[in-house]
Amino acid sequence: MDDLLQEFLTETVESLDVVDVELVKFEQEPNNAAILGNIFRLVHTIKGTCGFLGLPRLGALAHAAETLMGKYRDGAPVTSDGVSLILQTIDRLKEILEQLEEMQAEPEGVDDDLISLLDQMSLGKMEAEAAAKAASEAEAASAETADARTAGVAADGMLTPTDEPVQSADRNLKPGEVSLEDLERAFNEAPGPDLSVPAPQPAVPEAPEAKAAPAPAPKPAPASAPKPKAAAKKDERRSGDERRKAGGSGGGKAKGGGSVKSQSIRVSVETLEQLMTMVSELVLTRNQLLEMVRKHDDSEFKGPLQRLSNVTAELQEGVMQTRMQPIGNAWQKLPRIVRDLSHELDKKIDLEMIGAETELDRQVLEVIKDPLTHMVRNSADHGLEDTADRVMLGKPEAGRITLSAYHEGGQIIIKIVDDGRGLNAEKIKAKVLSNGLATEDELERMSEAQLHRFIFHAGFSTASEVTAVSGRGVGMDVVRTNIELIGGTVDLKSVAGKGSTFIIKIPLTLAIVSALIVEVSGQRFAIPQLSVVELVRAHGEAGHRIEMINDTPVLRLRNKLLPLIYLNAMLNLPSGEGGGPGERTAGKAGDGREFVVVTQVGSQTFGVVVDSVFHTEEIVVKPMSSMLRGISMFSGNTILGDGSVIMIIDPNGIAQNVANDAGVQSVSEEHREEEHAASAQELTTMLVFSAGSEEPKAVPLSLVTRLEEIDPAKIEHSNGRDLVQYRGKLMPLVYMEGYDRSQLKTTGGQPMLVFTDADRSMGLVVDKIIDIIEDRLIIEITSDRPGVFGAAVIRERATEIIDIAHYLPQAFGDWLERKDRAPQEKKSRDLNLLLVDDSPFFRNMLAPLLMSAGYKVTLAASAEEALDMKDRGEAFDIIVSDIEMPGMSGIDFAEKLRFDPDWGETPIIALSSHAEQSLIERSRQAGFYEYIGKFDREGLVETLREVRVEMEEAV
Amino acid sequence: MSEKQGANGPMEEYVTVLIAGQLFGLPINRVQDVFMLKDMTEVPLSIPEIAGVLNLRGRIVTAIDMRQRLDLPPRDSNEMAMAVGIEVARESFGLVIDRIGDVLYLPINEFEPSPVNLDPRWKRVADGIFRLEKELLVILDVDKVLDLGERDVAA
Repeated sequence: MDDLLQEFLTETVESLDVVDVELVKFEQEPNNAAILGNIFRLVHTIKGTCGFLGLPRLGALAHAAETLMGKYRDGAPVTSDGVSLILQTIDRLKEILEQLEEMQAEPEGVDDDLISLLDQMSLGKMEAEAAAKAASEAEAASAETADARTAGVAADGMLTPTDEPVQSADRNLKPGEVSLEDLERAFNEAPGPDLSVPAPQPAVPEAPEAKAAPAPAPKPAPASAPKPKAAAKKDERRSGDERRKAGGSGGGKAKGGGSVKSQSIRVSVETLEQLMTMVSELVLTRNQLLEMVRKHDDSEFKGPLQRLSNVTAELQEGVMQTRMQPIGNAWQKLPRIVRDLSHELDKKIDLEMIGAETELDRQVLEVIKDPLTHMVRNSADHGLEDTADRVMLGKPEAGRITLSAYHEGGQIIIKIVDDGRGLNAEKIKAKVLSNGLATEDELERMSEAQLHRFIFHAGFSTASEVTAVSGRGVGMDVVRTNIELIGGTVDLKSVAGKGSTFIIKIPLTLAIVSALIVEVSGQRFAIPQLSVVELVRAHGEAGHRIEMINDTPVLRLRNKLLPLIYLNAMLNLPSGEGGGPGERTAGKAGDGREFVVVTQVGSQTFGVVVDSVFHTEEIVVKPMSSMLRGISMFSGNTILGDGSVIMIIDPNGIAQNVANDAGVQSVSEEHREEEHAASAQELTTMLVFSAGSEEPKAVPLSLVTRLEEIDPAKIEHSNGRDLVQYRGKLMPLVYMEGYDRSQLKTTGGQPMLVFTDADRSMGLVVDKIIDIIEDRLIIEITSDRPGVFGAAVIRERATEIIDIAHYLPQAFGDWLERKDRAPQEKKSRDLNLLLVDDSPFFRNMLAPLLMSAGYKVTLAASAEEALDMKDRGEAFDIIVSDIEMPGMSGIDFAEKLRFDPDWGETPIIALSSHAEQSLIERSRQAGFYEYIGKFDREGLVETLREVRVEMEEAV
Repeated sequence: MSEKQGANGPMEEYVTVLIAGQLFGLPINRVQDVFMLKDMTEVPLSIPEIAGVLNLRGRIVTAIDMRQRLDLPPRDSNEMAMAVGIEVARESFGLVIDRIGDVLYLPINEFEPSPVNLDPRWKRVADGIFRLEKELLVILDVDKVLDLGERDVAA
């Protein structure tokens, strides 16, 4: 009996959780019969089982709740009060269950308060209903009630003929309500194949419910027949979802006619853990056997061993699977919590949950459950503004909390996003100061992100008032501690007035990850396959060659420059050639024996150079020892098939180091992503250098032809300018504005950027090449100073963006008025050119170029703006448009223009920083005349000239 | 469990190990097993005390180089080292030693605190001393041995 009770307890608690969720859903869509059907059925099952186990208190409560739901099912209007009451009842049920678990017996007590409320509510509804219905319909109504409840109650009746009446006898029957005897009679009398054969097993209370639907059809309530049928159908579908949610533990529960209990058993986690260890042992033993047999070609063991091998693999997979659960299990309670909060705080809140099916280890799930709940509460309470405030701010009335989970790079990322007010930096500052966590001076130097992170400190709460919900200041540090306990991290970003995002990253402990096994300096490592984009073999000559930019290795991969990281250097391992990590560079570059693992982390792409690559293997991620957790390069370790332990590389750790290596502070890539997403989308690879002053300066790398170091002794002075002999020609040197020639190095190499256009080169003298950075380029402050476009934030440092066009004429006075462009200038009229590009940088860079090539340039920052011009009746001879733009893309823009009566004939040229063949194809199809790389200035001018010639010929 | 009543009052049982010629004792109830150090993987960037990680019957064990921990000269790498398996907070560790010695039953009343002039590096991990007939036995506090501090390893 104890087992039975235990079973009942766990199952009922689970059912109640589902009811919680479903009720909240139901409140939102009161007309969804399927949801109601589901709730009804679950409560009904609880009631039935209570009767069976002799638990009158629970039974009476469940019965009263069921009665009220029965009314809703019959069409009574659903009120928020009603749902609250039922939720309250569910809570009471849970309370009783808790005590029941402790004492092994139903606790003493009366629930008359709730029952009478429930009854009143049901009664109220019934009276209204009764008034609406004519007396003559009473019979039909009772039949309807009967058929709605027939199945369950009848099954109950059979199950517990003694217990059930006790409950009904407790109180008088309400008008319209039928006594159990009546129901039983109706049930028995009702024609139908299923009913004549009463279900033999007592454990299938729902079975007849679904099947019974057609039975009452002949009764004088025809309209009611299809309803339950549809509900039953939906129920079946729902049960599928539910099963997935329950991660197997629910088994066939709630399936049309399935048994409730037979599909799953409960096993303790320890047992599974032990099983897992045994399986690992088995795998290792198998591998040893395989190794032994491999040595003997004609072994008779071969066949059986192969089978053993397969079975072992399947066993391993199966056992792993048992530990994985969908994260949705941890989210189950949230809709209810949010709903209650929404009432309590009087805010409208929409909770969206994405990726509930993402699986993670059960233990991890347990640990993050409470932190997640806490954070969602926080978002609802602190994050979201009051409804009135939101309306005032022009935000949608209902605040939105989005919870999402997905796998990324061997981690599970959980995000909690709200569109509320965001963190208040001033409040945090004040609090930090008053708590003495930092000095004003320190605060001044902190970035906003650093400031925000203070909320993870113990005893930190910026809520000026402590509400019942949150704001007690014990929250976020506990959240952080819990998450870090399982090797995870939590971070946040927040934009004042826009909302906050919390990002939790949890390693997939014990999860299976597909990993690439690589070797460097004789040691093997695993790189999670998820972050590997491709493998490139660096050849000595043709194809992919490792090149050096001021000791920084890069790889030319298709149209991009890929920053490279030598894994041995990063891990402080001796290089394969026996030299120290310092020697990794020139000596090894291009010896053709290296593999580049192209890795992507977030929006950052880089190449990891390794000595050799073996194969991909499904590995079991095991958490690292607490003593090793400080090493950000590794996310875990694993045991390979041959029994050896290897470390799993954490691509995120490497990505961070890539930035750190370059002496620039690493920032969360995502952070900037979101901040800037609206204003620009593409990444620009920038060459960052210093010249003249300390402030970093940058130019788009693609404008730079080469980076050189020239012996200062070779700099010649002639005719008032500095020259060097470069590739058999004299190359003029130019200096940045404010650069003092006396700063030139006297010894060693003088670094310079070489810009080449056709056969002319110019050297721009710099002090130091700092880094190559791929980033979104947004010029935030424009400048009036000659030679500078303005300042942009690159890797959190203000960086001057240099206008190369300013320096070109210094080298060659006629740079922009060269001979091949001369004929154009002779044209009697300037052609009108429209340049559409969302990036102010490119607009600024291309406009002078195009103007100097003899065009009258009009600028548009978006396709929409260009279309507005069209509508205003403006006309152009040529359009040059960017492909990647927020809002309407260049392709859509071209397609729109193609058959336009006004602009349809205008040739349009595509500009893009991508050069994928498919994109080129697509742009051609969309009607672009030509597709040109963004930095191919010459190509652009050339193409424009072609267009011009064609146009003239056409004329 | 390890306490037994002997002629000289309660007795404690210790596993003795030899590290660089010095005899150390570990309470036997803290020792899980003793194993040969085979197929160990070094962990780049780890603190020097961590000799590496290895697979012991499906569990990943973190090996602590006891010589390094006690500031003793490194071992001759040709010797096959042994390790004493210890479990702390559900994590497995192996203390790398030179050789395993006898199990000794020692009367608790002969246990005495470490001398004040003991090398601080030893003092930090030593629980006390037994004066054996021929030599001194330094009893190690396993938890202190494994407390390598939350040192931020430069990565």
